[in-house]
Amino acid sequence: MKNENVIEVENLTKAFGAFKAVNAISFEVKKGEIFGFLGANGAGKTTAIKMLIGISHPSSGKAKVVDYDVYTQPEAIKRNIGYMSQRFALYDDLTVQENINFFGGIYGLSRKVIREKSKNLLVELGMHEISSKLVGSLPLGWKQKLSFSVALLHEPKIVFLDEPTGGVDPITRRQFWEMIYKAADQGTTIFVTTHYMDEAEYCDRVSIMVEGKIEALDTPKNLKQQFKVTSMNEVFLKLARNIE
Amino acid sequence: MRTIGYIIQKEFKQIFRNKGMLPIIFILPILQLVILSNAATYEVKNIKFAYIDADRTSTSRSLIEKFNASSYFDVLMDLPSNKMANSAMLAGEVDVVLEIPNHFERNLIKEKSATLGISINAIDGAAAGLESVYINQIIQGYNRDIRVSLMDTSHRSIKPMNISSIPSFWYNTSLDYKTFMVPGILVLLVTMITLFLSGMNIVREKEIGTLEQINVTPIKKSQFIIGKLFPFWIIGMGLLTIGLILAKLIFNTPMLGSIPLLYLYTSIYILVILGMGLLISNFTDTQQQAMFIAWFFIVIFILMSGLFTPIESMPQWAQIFTEINPIKYFVEVMRMVLLKGSGLQDILPQLLKTLAYALVMNALAVWSYKKVN
Amino acid sequence: MKRFIGFIRKEFYHIFRDRRSLFILFGMPIAQILLFGFAITNEINNVNIAIQDHSKDASTLEIINKISNSKYFSIKQIISREAEIESIFQKGKIKAVLNFEKDFGRNLIKEKSAKIQIITDATDPNTANSITNYINAILQNYQLEKNKSIQIDYQIIPQTRMVYNQELKSVFMFVPGVMTIILMLVSAMMTSISITREKELGTMEILLVSPLKPFQVIIGKVVPYIFLSIINAAVIVLLSIFIFKMPVEGSLFLLGAESVLFIITSLALGILISTISDTQQSAMMISLMGLMLPVILLSGFIFPISSMPAPLQVISNIIPAKWFIIIIKGIMLKGVGLAFVWKETLILIGMTVFFIAVSVKKYKIRLE
Repeated sequence: MKNENVIEVENLTKAFGAFKAVNAISFEVKKGEIFGFLGANGAGKTTAIKMLIGISHPSSGKAKVVDYDVYTQPEAIKRNIGYMSQRFALYDDLTVQENINFFGGIYGLSRKVIREKSKNLLVELGMHEISSKLVGSLPLGWKQKLSFSVALLHEPKIVFLDEPTGGVDPITRRQFWEMIYKAADQGTTIFVTTHYMDEAEYCDRVSIMVEGKIEALDTPKNLKQQFKVTSMNEVFLKLARNIE
Repeated sequence: MRTIGYIIQKEFKQIFRNKGMLPIIFILPILQLVILSNAATYEVKNIKFAYIDADRTSTSRSLIEKFNASSYFDVLMDLPSNKMANSAMLAGEVDVVLEIPNHFERNLIKEKSATLGISINAIDGAAAGLESVYINQIIQGYNRDIRVSLMDTSHRSIKPMNISSIPSFWYNTSLDYKTFMVPGILVLLVTMITLFLSGMNIVREKEIGTLEQINVTPIKKSQFIIGKLFPFWIIGMGLLTIGLILAKLIFNTPMLGSIPLLYLYTSIYILVILGMGLLISNFTDTQQQAMFIAWFFIVIFILMSGLFTPIESMPQWAQIFTEINPIKYFVEVMRMVLLKGSGLQDILPQLLKTLAYALVMNALAVWSYKKVN
Repeated sequence: MKRFIGFIRKEFYHIFRDRRSLFILFGMPIAQILLFGFAITNEINNVNIAIQDHSKDASTLEIINKISNSKYFSIKQIISREAEIESIFQKGKIKAVLNFEKDFGRNLIKEKSAKIQIITDATDPNTANSITNYINAILQNYQLEKNKSIQIDYQIIPQTRMVYNQELKSVFMFVPGVMTIILMLVSAMMTSISITREKELGTMEILLVSPLKPFQVIIGKVVPYIFLSIINAAVIVLLSIFIFKMPVEGSLFLLGAESVLFIITSLALGILISTISDTQQSAMMISLMGLMLPVILLSGFIFPISSMPAPLQVISNIIPAKWFIIIIKGIMLKGVGLAFVWKETLILIGMTVFFIAVSVKKYKIRLE
């Protein structure tokens, strides 16, 4: 069952009036895959993600996430996914521990499970000594790592990461990607958007969105061959130029 | 149920952690209740009184003496001329000028009749009306005394008819304004705090981005809303309790009726306000917008509630409009239950309307709260 | 300077893009002044009363007719037993009961003296008092008519002149008050919120590292609101003149100048609030919870300041609205010039300077 699809998207479109922010995109994501969802700012990445996680209605097209339909079963989708937005979304005025308890709680985890999980999580992140500090007082990189761990707390089948590494230093980005690999190893599918092209190299497969459409979709290696370049950055630049 | 518990817990933590807000939520209302209740009085006292005595006789002096003796008037000055009187009134130094014309005494004795001029600053029409009543009372009393002393008994004419009216002020024999205002101001404070806090709460999460995070969790709309609003409900009830205790201790406000009844009503009333706050939250994108709207409604609701000015004096269309003012019902119930001892039977209309209001408001609020856009 | 103008333009864009807020900012004052100008009055009108007539004779009928013909009262109920009074008062619709004694008419003719009891629901002391006064006036009139034939000697006839407001319209009292409250709250609230908003969003830091000087930043944020408030003030004055027939006895120019001064005072207060609060939430709660009731209650808007307890009269001096209300009433109703309101004007200027000085000081401390 290694090739089972956890996301199936067909002609998914989101229009705001005459403007099509997302224009008939189609793709599949396989279980356990790290799927890179690339594109320039304003290419429609965030709009597409919002439709997949059930907080925005598509204008047309089909999409299934973890076997659930985005039109009819958004709540079922929400139970099975984790999400980390590009805006940092933990509560600044709650402590690390309180944030963990809160999000664990609203995903319906039992107190016992929350206690065990948060203990492991804090040790892994090296945050057990600052668990009673307000999240607002932590450096951005720590917040992002914490945010990712919280998104994984309820063991979702897929995690959607919307530009998770924006604004953090290279070392933290490195550590962050180690966390992503670890989660993927444990069978979680990772759906990640980024505009750091070096990060694209870490993905199993990437799609590149330009002006609402997916213009390329393959493994980084194949894409580089196809465009006869040596880095994903160049793939991206070539694609963007072609469109213009 | 457990999910709701987590949200409630989180909200309380956030409220109590915000050290800047705590005094605004708890200390400010209490201070205002204690201090401002003393300000809300229509009583007219210390009336700034001046006179022009062109007669300068014992009669005119004894009339002025009567005003001096009254507790309503502060006799401030003896003005030499009309012109001075005018400018003193323009400058706001005096509010009432009594003008005793030349030959006042002579006319009264010789012609058996004399006139007095009285000018009242009538910008505050209601106060001017009262001032005029007080002035007439003093002058009439003085007139009676004069008549008795001037008339010889043999000459006494036929006795006129006299109706004596005996006023009887129920529930507030001393006409104490604090008795009337404290319950009303308490209503306002409970309403303002709960409306502003709930109106800002969800839109705040929208602004800082955490609402999106909540929306991707499998939490149900109703769970989220109940969890969000419950803490404010508790705060509202808490404020009511503190307010009632202070009313009793500081103002000795009468509490004739059933306190549990008052709590029953308030518990429903706060739901109306919270529903309204949530509705505002749903239809706005920023806290600024939310507050403008909340402010717009609250000012209208306050001034149309019968709290400061009587509803029955309003024109018909305005009275109909007050029917949709929740604060009006709460003010009525609070005063009826505390001051008159009205029971469930008496406040049933208000209670039912409030209940209906709560259902409609919250239904609208839940319906318009969208996890998806 | 060019940069500065560009900045002000940006602030205007912010405000005009936000249609909802704009609608409220302009719609609110109009809605409120119309609503309150027409609806709010502390006169009594159509008060529901009940009658308990133990006598039921020609005199009581005459008096009852007189009362029901007056615009102040409407007779809603005739009761027969004393015990009913308690229950009708508790329902709250009826505010007073008139109780004619037994043999009222006979006593009045034979004994020349009869008694009537005016029982009022005095939970609202003002209404109770007014009811008593008005009924007494009706009774007085009735007696005068009946006693017409009798010559009364040694009569003092007071001739009362109601200055500035002959018809005792309460609009004259409330319109200046509503205008003040709207200008004060809108100006103070809007500035405090829009400045703290930039602080909260972190954009304030960006502005502060720009070549604009800090005071330019603040002025730039405030200028659009000065314009908005001036428009609001003008609309309110026009409405009060044309709809409520408020006179403007004094100089319209002075009225305008004083309004601008008061707007600036309120904006300065808003700036001060923004220096002491870190979040929009606390700025709003301070300007709403902290200003609304004190401004309504201590400014002389509804309740006469001279009747308040002495400590509150002292406190009322720090409410800018109090001074502005004195000024507009003076200019509009009394027709005074600057010669009569220079003191109040100076006080407002002093307050403005004080608010700005404190804000600047607080601001400097923060920067260090």
